[in-house]
Amino acid sequence: MTTFLKLLFRNRLAAVGAVVLAAILLLALITPILPLADPDVTATADRFQRPFSTGHLLGTDHLGRDLLSRLLWGTRLSLAVGIVAALVAATIGSGIGIVAGYFGGRTDNIIMRGVDMLMAFPYILLALAIVAALGPGLMNALIAVAAVNIPFFARNIRGVTVGLAGREFIDAARLAGMGHTRIILTELLPNVLSTIVIAMSTTVGWMILETAGLSFLGLGSQPPQADLGSMLGEARSALITNPHTSVVPGIMIFLIVMSINLLGDGVRDALDPRLRSGALTRPRAVTLVDRRGNVPHADQKGLLNIQQLETQFHVGPRVYRAVNKVSLHVNPGEALGVIGESGSGKSVTALSVMGLVASPPGVITGGAVRYEGEDLLAASYDSLRRKRGNNVAYIFQDPLSTLHPLYRVGDQLIEAIQAHHKVPDAEAKARAIELLKAVRIPNPESRIRNFPHEMSGGMRQRVGIAMALANDPDVIIADEPTTALDVTVQAQILSLLDDLRRERGLAIIFITHDFGVVAQLCDRVAVMYAGRIVEEGPTATILEHPAHPYTKRLMACVPELGGGKRELAAIPGLPPVVSDLPPGCAFAPRCTKATEACQQGEIDLAGTATHTVRCIHPEEELA
Amino acid sequence: MGAYILKRLISAVPVLLGITIIVFLIMAMIPGDPATAILGSYATPENVEKLNRDLGLDQPLINRYFIWLGNMLTGDFGRSYSLNRPVLDEILDRFNATLILAGVSFVMCSVLGILAGVVSATRQYGFADKAITFIVLIGISVPSFFLGMMMILLFAVNLRLLPVSGMYAIYGGGDLPDLARHLIMPATALAVVATGVIARLSRSAMLEVLRQDYIRTARAKGVDERRVIMGHALRAAMVSIIPVLGIQAGFVLSGSVYIEIVFQWPGVGRMLVDAILKRDIILVQGGVVFVAGAYVFFNIVVDVAQSLLDPRIKT
Ligand code: SF4
Repeated sequence: MTTFLKLLFRNRLAAVGAVVLAAILLLALITPILPLADPDVTATADRFQRPFSTGHLLGTDHLGRDLLSRLLWGTRLSLAVGIVAALVAATIGSGIGIVAGYFGGRTDNIIMRGVDMLMAFPYILLALAIVAALGPGLMNALIAVAAVNIPFFARNIRGVTVGLAGREFIDAARLAGMGHTRIILTELLPNVLSTIVIAMSTTVGWMILETAGLSFLGLGSQPPQADLGSMLGEARSALITNPHTSVVPGIMIFLIVMSINLLGDGVRDALDPRLRSGALTRPRAVTLVDRRGNVPHADQKGLLNIQQLETQFHVGPRVYRAVNKVSLHVNPGEALGVIGESGSGKSVTALSVMGLVASPPGVITGGAVRYEGEDLLAASYDSLRRKRGNNVAYIFQDPLSTLHPLYRVGDQLIEAIQAHHKVPDAEAKARAIELLKAVRIPNPESRIRNFPHEMSGGMRQRVGIAMALANDPDVIIADEPTTALDVTVQAQILSLLDDLRRERGLAIIFITHDFGVVAQLCDRVAVMYAGRIVEEGPTATILEHPAHPYTKRLMACVPELGGGKRELAAIPGLPPVVSDLPPGCAFAPRCTKATEACQQGEIDLAGTATHTVRCIHPEEELA
Repeated sequence: MGAYILKRLISAVPVLLGITIIVFLIMAMIPGDPATAILGSYATPENVEKLNRDLGLDQPLINRYFIWLGNMLTGDFGRSYSLNRPVLDEILDRFNATLILAGVSFVMCSVLGILAGVVSATRQYGFADKAITFIVLIGISVPSFFLGMMMILLFAVNLRLLPVSGMYAIYGGGDLPDLARHLIMPATALAVVATGVIARLSRSAMLEVLRQDYIRTARAKGVDERRVIMGHALRAAMVSIIPVLGIQAGFVLSGSVYIEIVFQWPGVGRMLVDAILKRDIILVQGGVVFVAGAYVFFNIVVDVAQSLLDPRIKT
């Protein structure tokens, strides 16, 4: 509760709303004891006095009545009517909602049908019909406004009640022999009360506005009694000659509604966990690059060369070092595997290459990514965009969420082509069909008209691959492209990728947690743990002589192709959270060979020219 | 597609029936003798007897409902006693005006609201976002009828740019530019609140969508950022924006009652308020059923638009 209030008042606008609203409420409460003129005494000689005239701070209206006094009394009346209407609507609506939600079945069905019918009206029509039947008058306006808001409460509260009605404590109460009424009043009501209060706080502003509206139309409060709406309505005929009589009540309505809105927004934001966690921030078109150290010099390694890359997530005051000084390179026609558990930083490394890490919260804080020697981290957005998909393409995991659900797969392919080549639609379409053929999708001519949800997982993944191939890239980064698929499809896709790299000389970076996949496809493999590379070398060497204890354990878990879904359950312990790593080896808490020396300080990658390991007590000495 | 539209049309039948039942029940709440209440000052003994016969007012409630419903199905909405003409004729004469006002206003709030939401989302926490958020906050807090009055004061009275009220100039008007000049203020005043609501929703819908994996895919294949936003992201966001457009259309239609009064617009809303003040119950009853029915059909259009946009909806 205190955190809630703190959050609420950190929001300056909400605080302003609260203060304004409190001031208005206070004024309305003390109106009877203020030394004001009688709001209903007419003095035609004094009509239309301007504001700030003697005796009338806000002037007088068309009958010479003191506007300040009428304003305060009117505010009092408007607030009272709005709040009473909200209470009535909340009570009846919540009652209906609880009954519907608690009893369920037929009762629920019939009640909710009725509620839906009521909601089918543009709701002022309903209010007008009620006022028409009952006759104009403030009381009837109140009834009408309350009535049209009942469905809103009924529906909200029913939703919450349905969730509660199935819970154990309700069953327990029933078994204890409690009657329905008692269960509803003592068990359910206390639990839905907070929802009712929130719903009320969001609707009370509306109800004040709506009763004012009805009064404005002459259907609410009748003269001489006046609420804000009828003051405005009466002033309308003198709008042009004496605008102040309209402006005064109008601004008051505006202030009331705005302060309630501000406060309501503040409450909603303070209650929304997504806002607090920053989950609703917009990722930029390119990952933010904020390199603090020196940029590493270009060395002549590889077509794509990742040097000393550091990518972090800045969430509030915390810093997660997702990628910590990672260096990798890949040559044309070569397949490099990057393997590790989820959270090891392998995907973030891959996404950093083309600036695709969501930012905020992602920031690239160091290193370089060189493509044909050019540092992509220093490239302009436009030059990076021209390379995305054209030179370096991605294949993502789970194509159901990575393909756009509302575009036909053909159009998505065509778009990929036309993003880089200005070709006519027909030509692009022919090329799209060709691509689908290349990834062995049967009937490509009709398949291009499918939406992603109309295809199987394996077919969708092929579309993902076809899209990556669309512009004949030199490098493909495949981020767990087979994890969501069953074993046979997985094998087909892997052999497809293998063929492509042999035929087209593609360089592939293959991100996975499955050694079986690595064994089938990759020439070299890098093992990542807690944001760092812990071992790197030719696949055959590492498969036969793993040097890092983590690598060895990783291999022991998933010996064969397709076992990947077991997620390395065999390694006891969990990968560390990369926000505060202890010094030394991050694997030490889970390592059976760990000694004190392991946690003393930085351990370097060491070994031969081709096989390196980051461990003090490796399983095999590398010579 | 045709089958889907047909399905939606059929499912509208019970809703329309429900609307007539609700309106009928509300009108049955009228205290005292219904014929006298309906006729008001026109209640001569002959009139009362004739009305009792026409509407079956002396019969049980349920019979009365079916008589009323049957009459409406044959296009007979009853007769307005205050205007001394058939209710349906009066409604049809005025419905165009309401449709023009609400329709233009609806297009304005949809286009401006979505645009503002998109700009706001893509410049999140930037100056444009803050400015839009602030304007929206004010917009959704101003009562439309007050805003309308202030606009009259500023643009019509002080600046003399636009006509004070009405739909056409009394002399020499009647063409499209004349209508447009008369329409600017009421349509704007009516659109402001809905624009604010739609802008807010569009902003959060866009922010939600921009985090999705398929946006990253679009960026990964090198699609230009403008296209990512206005194509991929907006299209996906529309799935959650369209239903809100449907709801806001209801609010625009509701709000037109106030605006028609403020700007003396010759529409159905103003007719309803006048009818209530004159206690012309039959006119109110017919008007409410007619407008509510029109809104039901509009919602079918919204559903169809949604199904065209989102192929995952079973058609
Ligand atoms: S450095 Fe020590 S703790 Fe780390 S893997 Fe090697 S032996 Fe185990």
